[in-house]
Amino acid sequence: MKPQELSRRQSKYTARKVASGERVATSAMIASLDAEGRETIAAPFGHALVDLAKTREDIVGLTADLSKYTDLHVFAKAYPDRFYQMGMAEAVMISAAAGLAREGFTPFATTYAVFASRRVYDFIIMAIAEENLPVKIVCALPGLTTGYGPSHQATEDLAIMRGMPNLTIIDPCDAVEIDQATRAIADTPGPVYMRLLRGQVPNVLGEYGYRFKLGRAQIIRDGRDVLFVSSGLMTMRTLDAAKALQKDGVDCAVLHVPTIKPLDAETIIAEASKGGRLVVTAENHSVIGGLGEAVAATLMRAGVHVPFRQIGLPDAFLDAGALPTLHDQYGISVSAVTAAVKSWL
Amino acid sequence: MTTGEARHGSNVSLARRAWAIRRNALRMGEVQGQGYIGQALGVADVLAVSYFHALSYRADDPEWEGRDRFLLSIGHYAIALYSAMIEAGILPEDELETYGMDDSRMPMSGMAAYTPGMEITGGSLGHGLGIAVGMALGLKRKKNPAFVYNMLSDGELGEGSTWEAVMSAVQWKLDNLIAIVDFNNQQADGPTTQALAQVPEAAKWQAFGWYAQEVDGNDLDAVVAAFDAARNHGAAQPRVIICNTTMCKGIPFLESREITHFVRVEPEEWARALEILDGEKPQ
Repeated sequence: MKPQELSRRQSKYTARKVASGERVATSAMIASLDAEGRETIAAPFGHALVDLAKTREDIVGLTADLSKYTDLHVFAKAYPDRFYQMGMAEAVMISAAAGLAREGFTPFATTYAVFASRRVYDFIIMAIAEENLPVKIVCALPGLTTGYGPSHQATEDLAIMRGMPNLTIIDPCDAVEIDQATRAIADTPGPVYMRLLRGQVPNVLGEYGYRFKLGRAQIIRDGRDVLFVSSGLMTMRTLDAAKALQKDGVDCAVLHVPTIKPLDAETIIAEASKGGRLVVTAENHSVIGGLGEAVAATLMRAGVHVPFRQIGLPDAFLDAGALPTLHDQYGISVSAVTAAVKSWL
Repeated sequence: MTTGEARHGSNVSLARRAWAIRRNALRMGEVQGQGYIGQALGVADVLAVSYFHALSYRADDPEWEGRDRFLLSIGHYAIALYSAMIEAGILPEDELETYGMDDSRMPMSGMAAYTPGMEITGGSLGHGLGIAVGMALGLKRKKNPAFVYNMLSDGELGEGSTWEAVMSAVQWKLDNLIAIVDFNNQQADGPTTQALAQVPEAAKWQAFGWYAQEVDGNDLDAVVAAFDAARNHGAAQPRVIICNTTMCKGIPFLESREITHFVRVEPEEWARALEILDGEKPQ
């Protein structure tokens, strides 16, 4: 019998030469987000953990060969005796973190979001979540934050992780929030999955006098026409889009929802119920199974019927390339968000 | 340090302990009408040596910090571990009849939240040894001299995560970690040696850097010697004892049955098996 021919994905690109002057390179793993002239802060997670560890002897760090790419190397350098390099072996890293937690320690385990969500889900759910152990899983490259293609783009990690009972899920916006959230999750008893921006991370929320509160959504700016409900780096985008839309007379509120689970339903319902506003969710994640659908279900269950739109990544394997190009292409850049909102009003 | 044997004070022989573990397991199987009785009868001798020769624990304080940790990654072997823990006085004998029932502290697959003395939630195979690595690291951090034992099965050696843990234990020189492999050559779909265990088991572990021993897991003297050697081994390396066991050991009419992962026992056969066992009661 002749084997069936597979319908392979064909490259949609033809070979091309790069024109002189045109050079937008694929972002390397170490690259930060384009900060657009903003102040940035180096390795906020690593430095927060080092600071915490001064008074918390129970804190230990583990990684599966990605300390440099998750900012855990800062902790490893400060506390070599409390750092476990587990090798390129995510299953034993997660299981060993569970074992250390059983013995009274508070492990912070780091890898990329694709590996934590896809490769070792069974280990996280059974060794950690089912027993409600205080392991903090901190993962770089969430959503579309690398141009390396689907092997590194965790576009569906929230959809996967939201299904796990007991798990708290955090999607912080910037350096300020990563610093505060790292301290907050160390103090919370159960398991946590936190998405991480690493390297030179923009300081966005500093100017708003924001304080992270675990489990709480907070209005960062108010507005009459549009209510953005956003998390993670998309709160950077919605805040910038709100400024741009203001110039066109569109008044946008931004409700920042860094805790994806448990979702702050009370605040979301209260804000959406104020009426007269288009509700637009915005997330650095597939439109399936993330913040947008969580908010939609919350509003439906509460009987809140409002005009609703969703900004997020398509249900597709995304292209490789340069991040600014990809963010435009997939509708999560400031200009794409601004244009989408205008088209809906 | 309080050992199980010392706590129980008596000079009850290990053979008698193994017999009692088998009897508890058969009674649980009878109550529930089913159970992983083949594995329980097979591993009873290894558990008798674990709980009445090797392990330090306090029956009335299962979370005592100084205890040796015994991790059962093979959740379906819970019937065997409950039987041992009942004999050890960690679990009350009168709860035996609740095995597998609603609201029981003894579910069919072992879970930490349900049962005193059950260290981890097993059942998803390939998890136990990795958790054991983390606990062994944690004990060393605390300078706690206790051992971590992980009982795993031959079938579980097919899981790649077990080998991540095997390498990691060597990397961290975990001389406080003892793996016990119940090698009964039976996994869900057939003989383990016809799946992923083609190569001699002990040699594999040795090649990875473990101190490996292979013994007849139904020979009490051999198992005692292996546990002693594992505990007293001087080198800074983890230890494994491959225990070759016979499914359904001790009940000839079940031993001779075509052995399967889930041995079928007819309702009237439970009483017959108990009768045979009672006729063989050791001193």
